[in-house]
Amino acid sequence: MFVSTAARTGWRLPPVRHLATLLGALIVGVAVVVALLAPYVVPHDPFLQDLNQRLIPPMWMDGSQPEHLLGTDQLGRDYLSRLIYGTRISMLIGVMTVVMSGLIGITLGILGGFYGGRMDDLVMFLITCRLAIPLILVALTVVALVGSSLTVVSLTLGLLLWDRFAVVARTTTMQVRTLDYIAAAKAAGASRLHILLREVLPNIVVHLIVVATLEMALAILLEAALSFLGLGVPPPLPSWGLMIAEAKDYMFFSPWVIMIPGIALFVLVMGINLLGDGLRDLLGADLKR
Amino acid sequence: MRLFLFRRLLLAILVCLTVLVISFTLTRLSGDLAASIAGPNATASDIAIITRNYGLDRPLPVQFFDWAGHAATGDLGRSFLYHSPVRELIGARLPVTLTLGLTGLAIALAVSLPLGILAAAREGTAIDRAIMLVALVGQAMPSFWLGLVMIIGLGLDLQWFPISGVDTWQGYIMPGIVLAFSAIPALMRLTRSGMIEALAADYIRTARAKGLSRTKIVFKHALRNAAMPVVSIAAVQLGFILGGSVVIEAVFALPGIGYLAWESITKNDFPVVQAVVLFLAVIYIALTLLADMMNALLDPRLRG
Amino acid sequence: MTNSAADPVLSVADLRVTFGERTEAVRGMSLSVARGETHCIVGESGCGKSVTSLAVMNLLPRGAARSAGHIRFHGRDLMGLSEREMARLRGDKIAMIFQEPMTSLNPAYTIGSQMAEVFERHRRAGRRAAMDRAAELLARVGVTAPGMRLGQYPHQLSGGLRQRVMIAMALMCDPELLIADEPTTALDVTVQAQILRLLQKLQQELGLALLLITHDLGVVARMAQRVSVMYAGQVVESGPAAAVFAAPTHPYTRGLLACIPVPGTVRRDEPLGSIPGMVPRIAPGFIGCGFRDRCGSAMPECAGAVPLRDAGGGHTHLCRLLPDATRAPGA
Repeated sequence: MFVSTAARTGWRLPPVRHLATLLGALIVGVAVVVALLAPYVVPHDPFLQDLNQRLIPPMWMDGSQPEHLLGTDQLGRDYLSRLIYGTRISMLIGVMTVVMSGLIGITLGILGGFYGGRMDDLVMFLITCRLAIPLILVALTVVALVGSSLTVVSLTLGLLLWDRFAVVARTTTMQVRTLDYIAAAKAAGASRLHILLREVLPNIVVHLIVVATLEMALAILLEAALSFLGLGVPPPLPSWGLMIAEAKDYMFFSPWVIMIPGIALFVLVMGINLLGDGLRDLLGADLKR
Repeated sequence: MRLFLFRRLLLAILVCLTVLVISFTLTRLSGDLAASIAGPNATASDIAIITRNYGLDRPLPVQFFDWAGHAATGDLGRSFLYHSPVRELIGARLPVTLTLGLTGLAIALAVSLPLGILAAAREGTAIDRAIMLVALVGQAMPSFWLGLVMIIGLGLDLQWFPISGVDTWQGYIMPGIVLAFSAIPALMRLTRSGMIEALAADYIRTARAKGLSRTKIVFKHALRNAAMPVVSIAAVQLGFILGGSVVIEAVFALPGIGYLAWESITKNDFPVVQAVVLFLAVIYIALTLLADMMNALLDPRLRG
Repeated sequence: MTNSAADPVLSVADLRVTFGERTEAVRGMSLSVARGETHCIVGESGCGKSVTSLAVMNLLPRGAARSAGHIRFHGRDLMGLSEREMARLRGDKIAMIFQEPMTSLNPAYTIGSQMAEVFERHRRAGRRAAMDRAAELLARVGVTAPGMRLGQYPHQLSGGLRQRVMIAMALMCDPELLIADEPTTALDVTVQAQILRLLQKLQQELGLALLLITHDLGVVARMAQRVSVMYAGQVVESGPAAAVFAAPTHPYTRGLLACIPVPGTVRRDEPLGSIPGMVPRIAPGFIGCGFRDRCGSAMPECAGAVPLRDAGGGHTHLCRLLPDATRAPGA
C-alpha cells in the first residue's frame, strides 16, 4: 500500500540516532587507542603491589590520593593502570574471538546458503547442536581442563560463538544467490570459489559487520564472566571480570572496587552495541528475522 | 503436521547424540583424566588406582559406549567427589534452578511484552526510543556484576532481599531479575518487530475497517500473529537462562545445578560436568520442541 | 457538487490528502453516491483512487493527512468525528472490502470468528446470534456449506472464496454504503466475473450505495451508473456512465477508452492505443493541468488554472477544451 517513506522518516528523530552512533564510535575509538597505547598511557605499573597503599578510594571520594586517580585495589595496585590494561585484554579477546568465530560461522553459513540441499541440512544441524550446548558451562570446562590463559579463552569463545555468523551468512547468501548478477557470473563460467569470494561475500559483508559488533560485545561480556568465576584470564592479568572477582570481598566497605571495572565493562559493551546499531541503520542492513 | 513433528523429533534425537559425543570428548580434552581427578599431590599409584576404578584404561570408544549406554537408561554415573549417583545430585538441585529460570523468564516476559507492544504501537516516537534504550542497556549489562551491585544496594543497604541462598522465596527475586535482564533485550526486540510487522498487515486494515476498538486490534489481531516468534524465542531464552544460571548461582550462592556444575568443574568432578552439560542440552532441545508444538497451536497454517 | 439524487448517501467535497510535504495524492476530489447507485472511480494506479477511499473511511496510513470541505454521510460530516465515533460507523453503516483477499483476513482466526466479531461489536449480539448471521450471509454470497466454512481458516480457502467471505463480512450489519477497493483485481478472470455479478446482485437487492474503485473500464461499463475518472489526484471527468462512454470529453478519458480493444472495431494492423508516460507525482501547490505532459492537445495555457466545464446532465470535465472541441472525430 501507500507506505510513504518520506513521511515515515519525518516521524523519527534522526539527530538522536546519529548522536548514539557517534557516542558508540567515540567509546570504541577511545578503547582502541587506550588498548594500543596501554604501556605508554598508564600512570603506574599495573602489576606493582604496595601493601601500604591498599584500597585507596578514587579521586571523587574522601581520602583519595592525587597519584591514584581511581584509587588502588586490595593489593595496592593502581586501579586506573589496571583498568587501562584491562581494556587491552577485553579488546584483544573481543577481536580474536570475532575473527575466529567469524571464519567458522561465515564459511559454514555461505556453504549452507549457497549450495542448499544436503549441505544446508548439515549446516543447520551444526547450528542446532551448537545452540543446544550450554555455552558458559562448556567454556568453563574447557578452560579448567586445558588451563587458563588469554589464548585458551579466546580460542574457546571463538569455537563457540559462531552460530549467529552462520545464521546470518546463510540467510543473506540465500537472498543473494537468487539475484541476477550471480546467475550472470555463473553463466560467464566463473568458478564456484570465485563466485563465493568475489560475488557473494562482498554482498553480505554489511550484515556480517553488524553481527561482528554483537559478537564482540558478547565475547567481552563472556570473558569477564569466565574470569569472574576464576576460569578465564589468569591472575595477575587485570581482566575487568577478574578485577571484580578479586575485589568482591571488599565490595561491602568499598563498593567502588567493583563499580569501576563493572561500569567500564558496561560502557565498552554499550559503545560497541551502539556502534553496531548505528552501522545497521547507516548501511541499511536491517535483517528481517 | 505429524510429519513435521516426526522430523523435528528425529532431529532432536540426532542433536542429543551429537551433544552426547561432545560432552564426552570435552572431559577427555586434558589427556590424562585420572591425573586431573587425583590432583597435583597424587602419587603414581593413586593415579593408577583411579584409572582402574573408573575404567579409564579402557579404549576411548569402549568408555564412550559404556557411558552413553548408561546415560541412555538414565544412569549418569557416580560423582568422584560426593560418591553418590549424579542423577540424584542433579535431581536434588534441579528444583532450585528451574524455579530460578522460570522466575527469570516470567519477569522478562512481564517486562518485555508490554514494553515491546507499546514501542511498536508508538513506533518512531520518544517512547519507542526510551524502550529500545532499555533493551540496549540490558544487552550491555554484565549479569554477574549487576548481581553484585544488587546485593550491595538492595540486599545490604536497603535490606529488601536476602543476599544469598533460597531459604525463603525472596531469595529468588534478585537472581531472577538479573537473569531476566539477559533475556529482556531479545524478547523485547522481537515483540516490537513482530508487532510492527503485524500492525502493518492487511488484516489489521480489515479489522479497522470493521470498526473494532484499538484494544481489540492490537491485542487480538496483531498480538496473536506476533506471538509465534516470541514463543520460540522465549523457549530458547529459557534454555539460555538455565545454561547461564551457573554464573548467577555462583554470585548468589544458590544450590542449583549451575552451582553444582561450577563446583564440579573447579574440583575436577567430571562425571557431574558431563552429565550437567548433557542434561542442559536435552532440556534446551525439549524446550525448542515444545515451542514448535505451541506454535502449531497458535498458527492454524502449521496444523494444515 | 455533481448531485444526481436529492439526498446522497455519501457526499465528498474538495478532499485533499497529502503525504508529507512533497506529495499531494488527492487534490480537491468531489463525488457523491446515492442510495442504490454504483459510482465507479477509475484511473491508473497511483492516481489517488485508493487513497480517496481510505480517506473517506479515515483509514489512511500513518504520515498521510487529509482535509476536505466536507465528507458527509447522510448529511453528517465525518470530518468532525473522533476516531471512536468513526469506528462505530465503520463495519456498521459503512463497510469496505479490499483488493487483497489473500492477506486481508487474519490467518490466526477462523472465518466465523472474524465475521462474528463485527456483529458482536456493532449489534452487541452474542456469539451464537453472530454465528447464525454469518452463516446466513455466507449462504447469501454463494458460499456452499456455510456451517463448515465458519470453522475454517483463511488459508484453507481459495482467493475467490476469501473475497466472498470479505463481502459477506462487510454485509454483516446491513451497511448503507459499501466501498470496494479493486475487489476483483487479484482474482482469476472467471472468478472476477462471478464476484462482480455477486456485487451487482447484492447492490440491487439491498439498495446499497456502492463506491467501486477500479482501474478496469470494462468493470465500469458493466457496473457503474456514475463514473469519476481520476488522474493525478483529481477527478478529470465525471458523469453518468452512459454519457461518459458515449461522449468522453477529457483527453485522458478518451485515451483510456482507446486502450480497450473492442472486437470488430479494432483492425489487426492498427496498434492498440496507449497513453505515453506515467502518472506524475504532484506536490502541494501545483497549478495547471496534471495531464498536460502526456496530453496530445496540450497548450501553453494548460499550465494555468483549469476550468471545470459542464456538458449538461451532470457530465463535467476538467479541461480547457470545450466539450464540442474535444469531440473530434476519430478519437
